[in-house]
This record gives sequence, C-alpha cells and structure tokens, in this order.
Amino acid sequence: MLRFLLGRLAVLIPTFIGVSIIAFSFIRLLPGDPVMLMSGERVMSEERYQQISHELGYDRPIVVQYLDYLWGVVRGDFGTSVVTKQPILDQFFTLFPATLELSLCAIVFAVVLGIPAGIFAAIKRGSFFDQTIMGTALIGYSMPIFWWGLLLIILFSGILQWTPVSGRISLMFFFPPVTGLMLVDSLLSGQAGAFRSAASHLVLPTIVLGTIPLAVIARQTRSAMLEVLGEDYVRTARAKGLSPFRVIGVHALRNAMIPVITTIGLQVGVLMAGAILTETIFSWPGIGKWMVDSVFRRDYPVIQGGLLIIAGIIMLVNLAVDLLYGLINPRIRH
Amino acid sequence: MADTSAVEAPTQDPSSARRFAEFWYYFSENRGAVIGLVVFAILVVVAGLAPLIAPHAPNAQYRDAVLVPPFWEEGGRAAYLLGTDAVGRDILTRLLYGARFSLFIGVIVTTLALVGGIVVGVVAGFYRGWVDTVIMRVMDIILAFPSLLLALVLVAVLGPGLMNAMIAIALVLQPHFVRLTRAAVMAEKGREYVTAAQVAGASSLRLMFRTILPNCLAPLIVQATLSFSNAILDAAALGFLGMGAQPPTPEWGTMLAEAREFILRAWWVVTFPGLAILITVLSINLMGDGLRDALDPKLKRS
Repeated sequence: MLRFLLGRLAVLIPTFIGVSIIAFSFIRLLPGDPVMLMSGERVMSEERYQQISHELGYDRPIVVQYLDYLWGVVRGDFGTSVVTKQPILDQFFTLFPATLELSLCAIVFAVVLGIPAGIFAAIKRGSFFDQTIMGTALIGYSMPIFWWGLLLIILFSGILQWTPVSGRISLMFFFPPVTGLMLVDSLLSGQAGAFRSAASHLVLPTIVLGTIPLAVIARQTRSAMLEVLGEDYVRTARAKGLSPFRVIGVHALRNAMIPVITTIGLQVGVLMAGAILTETIFSWPGIGKWMVDSVFRRDYPVIQGGLLIIAGIIMLVNLAVDLLYGLINPRIRH
Repeated sequence: MADTSAVEAPTQDPSSARRFAEFWYYFSENRGAVIGLVVFAILVVVAGLAPLIAPHAPNAQYRDAVLVPPFWEEGGRAAYLLGTDAVGRDILTRLLYGARFSLFIGVIVTTLALVGGIVVGVVAGFYRGWVDTVIMRVMDIILAFPSLLLALVLVAVLGPGLMNAMIAIALVLQPHFVRLTRAAVMAEKGREYVTAAQVAGASSLRLMFRTILPNCLAPLIVQATLSFSNAILDAAALGFLGMGAQPPTPEWGTMLAEAREFILRAWWVVTFPGLAILITVLSINLMGDGLRDALDPKLKRS
C-alpha cells in the first residue's frame, strides 16, 4: 500500500509543479505589462512603476520569480487580490465552504438517485423502465446546465413560487459562520426557520449541479452491473439458491461498485466546472463565481491562485479515489 | 469481428462497401442512433439553408415587436413564430442562424483536437521513453484543471471571442485523443503485421500513420462524437458567461446570456435557445452511442 501511495505521489508532484508553471506563466502571456496587470492600476508614474515592479519582484530573473512564487505557494502564500487587497488564500477559505456544501449535496443527490436507477435498469434490461431511465440519463448527460438552471428558476421560483431565486439563505437571518456550511450553521444558530430557508435555497442549485453526475453515474452503474451479472460467480450464487436480493445486493453489487466509485471520484472535475455555471446562475457565493468574477474584474493574481488551488484539490481527490480503489480492489495494488 | 478485420486490414482491405454495410447493420439496430442521425441531418440542412428559410434577418430589430410571445400565446404574431427578444429580433431566425455557429464550432474544435491529439498520441505511443513521459505529463497537467475553468482562463488571456473560445476548448479536449491514440498504438505496435511492415523496411512515419493508425480509429471516432457535443456545450457555456461569441452574434449560448434578465417576464427568450442546444447535443450523443455499439464489438449491447 505504501509503495502504491509513493508511486502515485511520484506522478502527482511533477504534475502539480507543471500546473504551477502554467498558473505562473499565463499572466506573462497576457497582452500588456505584468506589473500593470498584477497591480491593477492603469496609470502610474515611472518611480511608482519601479517601486511596484520591485515590490512584486518583477525586476528579478524569471526563474527566481517562479521559485519565489512556488515557495510562497508551499507556505500557503498565494498573493493578494488586486481588487479587495485580501490574501487569496483567506478569500478562498471564506468562499470554499459554499462550494463544498453545494458540491456535497449535488454528489449525494447524484449517487442516491443514480446508483439505484442504474441497478434497476440493469436488472430490467431492455424493459420499458430501462429504456426510460437510460433515455432520461442521456438527456441529463446532454443538458446545458446553465439553461436547465434558468428553466428550473422559471418553473419553481417564477410560476410555483416554491424556491428562492438566488443566494444561500434569506436576508432575514444572520448568524456568524461556524463551519461555513449553511445547513449546519443554520441549525447551530437555533433561529426558527433558518434551516428551512437554507435548505430551500439549496434545492435548485443541487439539482442543477447534480444533473450531469447523476446521468453519468446511472449509466456507469448500469453497464458495470450488466457486466457483473454475466459473470460465472453470479451464476454460481444463483445456482446455490441464494435469494435474488442477496445475489444482486451482495455478490453483484460489491464488484459492480468498483468502477462506479472511480466514476464518482472523477465527478470532482465535473462538479468544479459545473460550479462555475451553477454559482453564476444562482448568485451562489462560492469559488466558481469567484473565478468568473475575477476573470471579469481582471483580478489576475486571484485567477492565478484560484487555478492552482482548484487543480490541487482535484488532484488530491483523485489521489484519494485511487487509494480507495486500491483498498477495495486488491488486484491493482500490484 | 472488428478484431479480425483489424488484423486483416493492412494486408487485404475488405471492400469498403461491405464494411459499411456491416457497420450500418449494427448502427441501424440502435433506434436512438438513427433518430439522432436524422435530427442531426435536419440540423445540418437547416444550418446550410438558414439565409433562405429564415423569415427575417438575424440582427434586424423590429421596434414595434419587442418581446412578442410565440404565435400560439396570447398576443403572439404569425410573423414571429417563436416570438421576439428584448430588442425585437425574431427568435426563430436567430436560432436558425445559431445552428450554423454551433455546427461550425463542433467541426472546427473536433478537427483541431482530433488532429493534434492523434499526432501527439501516435508519437508518444510509438517512441515511448522520455518523449512519451514528457507528453503524458503535459496531458496530465491539462487534465488536472476542470475543462471549463481552463477554457475560461485561456479565453481571459486570449481575449473574449468565438475564435479564441474554440482554440481554448480544442486545447482542453485534446488530451483525451492523445491518451486514446497512445493506448491504441501501444496495443497495436506489438502485432505481427507491424513487425512485418517494419521488417519490409517501412519508415517510422509510414509505420505510425499508414500501418498502425488506421487500426486505431474506432475509439477515436467515438471520442470525436463526444468531443463534438462537448465543444458545442462548452462554447455555449462560454458564450453564456460572456466570454465566447459576443453579442449580437446569434450564438445560442450568447442568446441565453442576453435573455437572462427577462426569464421571469418572457419565458420564450430563454427556453428556445437552450432547447436548441439540448436537441443538438442529444442528437450527437445518440449517434455517439450508436457508433460505439457499431464500431466496438466489446461494448456491444452492454
């Protein structure tokens, strides 16, 4: 197991360094002067230019600049935003819980609906249910989620007036963040109706962000299940006279879940990309919206830092999935 | 079936008509794939004929017809079948022209990603060693970013616009082709027919692109259809975020971005462009499933 882990790390670290080189150098590919771009100022005197250039370290060789940046990153210093003047990592930690909460809800939504749907479709292969589930999954998979979100807003917020249009909680409620997860904080606050408000704000974004993972998981579960159901050991289990419930629930499912878990892990990237759109539609104050806003504000240090942090998170989650995969499937450990 | 034809292919090509008949047999068995193909064909025709069949000019603004609902709604007019947007442009016309953009985006992005991915992937799989290591690490780096985020940042660097959006998306989709090509090339490289061609004195370039590549095409074709639909979706998403095609281009995602503020007042300005994206992407994905069934016997009917 340790060797497996070390092997993975040996690939991960160079990849992360590559990612940091990309994040570091993109700013230098921009048309315009990096000193002006990074300071966010449009007009400045010659002395001021020299001073900022020196403060930012742009008067040094580029390799030194990069190593300095990397050293900062290792110590958790990603620089400061030119718009808010706040350290980027602080901003990230303020906004990340919103994205985390939304992503967790979305993946739970996708797993809880997707896995049973996939199993059911596989068992009833070729039936009307199978065709309906798989047809729906393909529609979900093809869905432009930014449009899907707008449609849900028209229906549930506009016509039915069931859910709020945007934000994380009604402005009536105020309490200091403890965990940053609104569902938890609203319960801790003890204010009547706060949890309900937080939950109602989460419903539509969860559905929108969870749609594509749901479709992918349902499709993957079905095909993994079909493959396993054709195996000899499933036939043997059936021949032994085990109940269909036990054959499917224990013998087949345990093996079918191996590829499904990988698929779920791979959804992190999908969720992060989806968060960009979902958070924009619902004015959800998370890191997806942060990145879009920063692109529009030309807040390059934030784009740089955000890119690196997000890629780092995805890589770590993928590593965790690989390790989990190694644990549940001993065949690949070697 | 495809396995044997893969081995035979370089020595004696079975008549292409017969191969096509066999392919069509499996493809047409999948009802969804045929529906997808028909819808897609209609889209291509519509896109091609847009200037002839569109009732209005795509950017013509009718000041007396602002936010007119579709014809079946109260207040709708026959002149604007699907209604008009906030500045009085005919939505149907803009959708028809939008089909041109989406298909164009799909074709260009897929071609760029496919050609780039194949060349890089063949080189990596054929030479192995440090060339392979470097190439695959670079691909890992690209794949470490969420595709839409990387495309968004690339467009921020290159400047907003359809052309730059397409370049960014192609770059982000390319690693999938590299990985597939590399894996297929590595699997084929050890086969006898490659050794035979090598012994016969074929050059590296010929081995790579004439001998090996034609036998690796099936997964690439399937991936190409996937990329085609992804390209349309991502380009629309960038347009929606204001980083793709710029107004007043009748690109579907850009149309949605312009319509956003009217969602609770005029449902039609939001509904139709998105529906157009969904139908297009769905038809391509349906075809993709059919292609996979028809080209990859291992996955057949699973």
